[in-house]
Amino acid sequence: MAAPILRWVGPGKRWALAWVDSSSSHRRVSPNGSASHRMREQRSVAQQSLHTAPKPRKGGHKWAAVVGLEVHAQISSNSKLFSGSQVSFAAPPNSLVSFFDASLPGTLPVLNRRCVEAAVMTGLALNCHINKKSLFDRKHYFYADLPAGYQITQQRLPIAVRGSLTYGVFVGNKRSHMATKTVRIKQIQLEQDSGKSLHDDLRSQTLIDLNRAGVGLLEMVLEPDLSCGEEAATVVRELQLILQALGTSKANMAEGQLRVDANISVHQPGEPLGIRTEVKNLNSIRFLARAIDHEIQRQISELESGGVILNETRSFDHRLGCTVPMRDKEGKQDYRFMPEPNLPPLVLYDTASLPVGVEPQQVINIDQIRDTLPELPRVTRERLVREYGMLPEHSFTLLNEVGLLQFFQSVMKETRAEPKKVTSWVLNVLLGYLKQHNLAVNESPITPSALAGLLDLLDSKAISSSAAKEVFEELWKGKAKTAAQIVSEKQLELMQDQEALEHLCQATMEGHPQVVTDMKTGNPKAINKLIGLVRKATLNRADPAVIKNILERLSA
Amino acid sequence: MLGRTLREVSVALKQGQITPTELCRKCLSVIQKTKFLNAYITVSYEVALKQAEESEKRYKKGQSLGELDGIPVAVKDNFSTAGIETTCASNMLKGYIPPFNATVVQKLLDQGAVLMGKTNLDEFAMGSGSTDGAFGPVKNPWSYSKQYREQRRLRSPGERRGADEDWLIAGGSSGGSAAAVAAATCFAALGSDTGGSTRNPAAHCGLVGFKPSYGLVSRYGLIPLVNSMDVPGILTRCVDDAAAVLGVLAGHDPKDSTTVQDPVKPFVLPSLTDVSKLCVGIPKEYLVPELSSEVRSLWSKAAGLFESAGAKVIDVSLPHTSYSIVCYHVLCTSEVASNMARFDGLEYGHRCDINESTEAMYAATRREGFNDVVRGRILSGNFFLLKENYENYFIKAQKVRRLIANDFVNVFNSGVDVVLTPTTLSEAVPFLEFIKEDNRTRSAQDDIFTQAANMAGVPAVSVPAGLSPQGLPIGLQFIAPAFGDQKLLTVAKWFEKQIQFPVTQLQELTEDCPSGFENDNSASVFLKQC
Repeated sequence: MAAPILRWVGPGKRWALAWVDSSSSHRRVSPNGSASHRMREQRSVAQQSLHTAPKPRKGGHKWAAVVGLEVHAQISSNSKLFSGSQVSFAAPPNSLVSFFDASLPGTLPVLNRRCVEAAVMTGLALNCHINKKSLFDRKHYFYADLPAGYQITQQRLPIAVRGSLTYGVFVGNKRSHMATKTVRIKQIQLEQDSGKSLHDDLRSQTLIDLNRAGVGLLEMVLEPDLSCGEEAATVVRELQLILQALGTSKANMAEGQLRVDANISVHQPGEPLGIRTEVKNLNSIRFLARAIDHEIQRQISELESGGVILNETRSFDHRLGCTVPMRDKEGKQDYRFMPEPNLPPLVLYDTASLPVGVEPQQVINIDQIRDTLPELPRVTRERLVREYGMLPEHSFTLLNEVGLLQFFQSVMKETRAEPKKVTSWVLNVLLGYLKQHNLAVNESPITPSALAGLLDLLDSKAISSSAAKEVFEELWKGKAKTAAQIVSEKQLELMQDQEALEHLCQATMEGHPQVVTDMKTGNPKAINKLIGLVRKATLNRADPAVIKNILERLSA
Repeated sequence: MLGRTLREVSVALKQGQITPTELCRKCLSVIQKTKFLNAYITVSYEVALKQAEESEKRYKKGQSLGELDGIPVAVKDNFSTAGIETTCASNMLKGYIPPFNATVVQKLLDQGAVLMGKTNLDEFAMGSGSTDGAFGPVKNPWSYSKQYREQRRLRSPGERRGADEDWLIAGGSSGGSAAAVAAATCFAALGSDTGGSTRNPAAHCGLVGFKPSYGLVSRYGLIPLVNSMDVPGILTRCVDDAAAVLGVLAGHDPKDSTTVQDPVKPFVLPSLTDVSKLCVGIPKEYLVPELSSEVRSLWSKAAGLFESAGAKVIDVSLPHTSYSIVCYHVLCTSEVASNMARFDGLEYGHRCDINESTEAMYAATRREGFNDVVRGRILSGNFFLLKENYENYFIKAQKVRRLIANDFVNVFNSGVDVVLTPTTLSEAVPFLEFIKEDNRTRSAQDDIFTQAANMAGVPAVSVPAGLSPQGLPIGLQFIAPAFGDQKLLTVAKWFEKQIQFPVTQLQELTEDCPSGFENDNSASVFLKQC
């Protein structure tokens, strides 16, 4: 079945419009709803979406940017949205293709329950109204990796509408303070993914892989409530965390499980919204922010130099760092939407409307799904702040770095150290080392247990904090030694022998009579100098506070 | 043996009067002899014989699978058949061999039925004559029947026109299936019915043509014309046979989400003796000026038959009937435009030689693969679906469809059990006359009595009601409320019993002229000699 599908289509030059870049995963452009339609939608929310310009330009003009996002998330499910084919990333080409996926005539779609549950779950997590009845539509366009010539989507009556997403942004002069903002979610719709086209320019051919064709997608349409690249990036990151917490999508942008298109326009506050462009193929959060900011600046420069903005589709060239028009004929295409006649309306129930005597596996109960919702990132952060007394921004960092929260929690489980100490070591020391070495959390050479052991030693005052840093470095080298082993090998224990320490203090005072005199005359620096000298003599193994006590007692 | 009904031959098989292989060989021989009818696109000789042999083994062991075991059947060539070419009578699918069976085909095979072949149709079932397929038109077996030839001789004694010149159309689009059953090449055939495509050829070929309720029978594997109206249809020699086949086909299919979940009871028809509690509705809108006097008189005779047997026969109104054609045109072409989008030459089917660009390849493939009728409907459909037209055409047509469906609901809610109408305007016309009008005009005229049932999703059956003065069959249609299929067939069976319709006297034709029918050309030579 798979073999005949992998055929060549035609010269690559005609496919330029879908060309991402030669090294990328060759993801195709997924066309979206009509441009003029969404233009009107943007206008209708003009009053609520005025934002200050990123930068005032010459002549005192102030520009406001309006950014809306469309996010496609691949649903984590064993099988595709309407067929029994398995879903798996990086399987051999055309190995996961059912008769339906290849659009053999006479095949019919059968809705995957898991995908519906994922959509309901995501809708609930995003505070959406879940439509008890939603409909499927066909969206038509010819493309080699869309075998049926149409995509089944939910244009008229999607499964979830009118939601919101709260996200945190840094504000203030030093960007040290967190503020919460909200972006409205227009709708969430279930739809099919397309296949992949692989363009071979050398041989003038296109290879088609239908493994992805028919995989379930959640299309989340966000209202144009954003004003810059950073906000958009923050929103997408938050969305990613939510989807991952729910398990409804792996939301890995590099694997194409999360794809973002941005609609961008600029205007003068008080004026109607400007013409928007759509930037597609944003496959990392960093590029998303850069692409949006670049596009905003480009539009402002264009308008200030007397130019006009065209309603067009652009793509972001991450090597050039700018957006370029896509010569996308599909941008102006009429998708000839039509109801999907082979799927009855999708009807959902809540506990109140559940029909009597119906088999539970035949229906989907919204209330039941609501009850099984896991803790969402926002709640996790609030809990971290409440339970551990950490700063909100620390809770953000813990969640934003993949695996860091788990690491933190594992350390917390195994250590007696104070949460603040753990937070500080995880966020400042560990994360710093990871960033410096360009490693992900799960690649850390230091395990949570090792760090917990180290922090226990620190907490019991067995070692000084500077010794702890030394131990950390040893642990990082990863010689499979525990913190305690390193401490004992390197003799980094704090001197617990009070008498010996007193002798050392006595000897130091005797060796530096001038400093002792200075100290006695009230020079505050003098005692610190003595402390330093004593510590040096102990090879940094003594607690400065203890030394200070002894020195003060001896000099009294 | 071949002229018998499915049930009769089933009994003969059970009693050992004939074996499945003997029966299969006889049918294959008739297929060979009647090749000139062009009823089949593909004859599955080897598959059929193999299936017959397996059936025979079962009979010998006394392990027959049931009524259909060993019964030769034919399937319209728009149902997917695993390993057997499925063309939809289109160059687009010439050479396409599906890797799976349509659910209805699988169900027939699971019951031991013997698949004789795939029958001819209008390309992608778009037509009402079975004249517009890539493999040539279907000829109505009645063109060569004793009844028709005698009448023709009587009417124009001096004229010696050959039957090859004024042969009759079989009706359509399931004309191949109808011709296959009427010519005694099999005992039942599957058609598809979107606007009357099973009932129309059944009426023209003197058969029972049954369109079940939408949702009762799975469409999985039926290559769609209009998904929201397509229903697999059944063509048989009598109503009981249709019920027997329906009993096998009906029921929920997890592969077709539009099939009903409710369990289906076996369709055994009681022999109605008392129709006094029956209320038959005669829709006044169906009395159109174009209706031929022959059909009209048989229609009123049938009404009289019910009345004299004690049934209540009343005039009813289906007021939105006249909008049905134009409404159907919009909905049908829109779905056609969508359904045909998959035929792009990439995954299967015809692919042109042009490869300058993908778009050029698409265009040439589709131009070469589809006939004018299909291309015309795709063009209209895409026009209706354009954003600027959608509200004015598609949405309005959907609203009208709802009104048409409500017409039926209202009539049936008023106490009417079945509606009795003509199936076609007249008896089958000669091909040369038929092609004077284009496909669109013909479809619009010929579907007027049948289309509304598809719009409403209600079951309808065409039953032979008698012969016209020309010696040609005329069918009348019964329509019942959705899922009232059993009641519908019960009434149809009563009517059938009163009528005692004659079988086609075609057998002598094939027996008289045993010389070869290797191809269509030789067939016409032969007919001149007849």
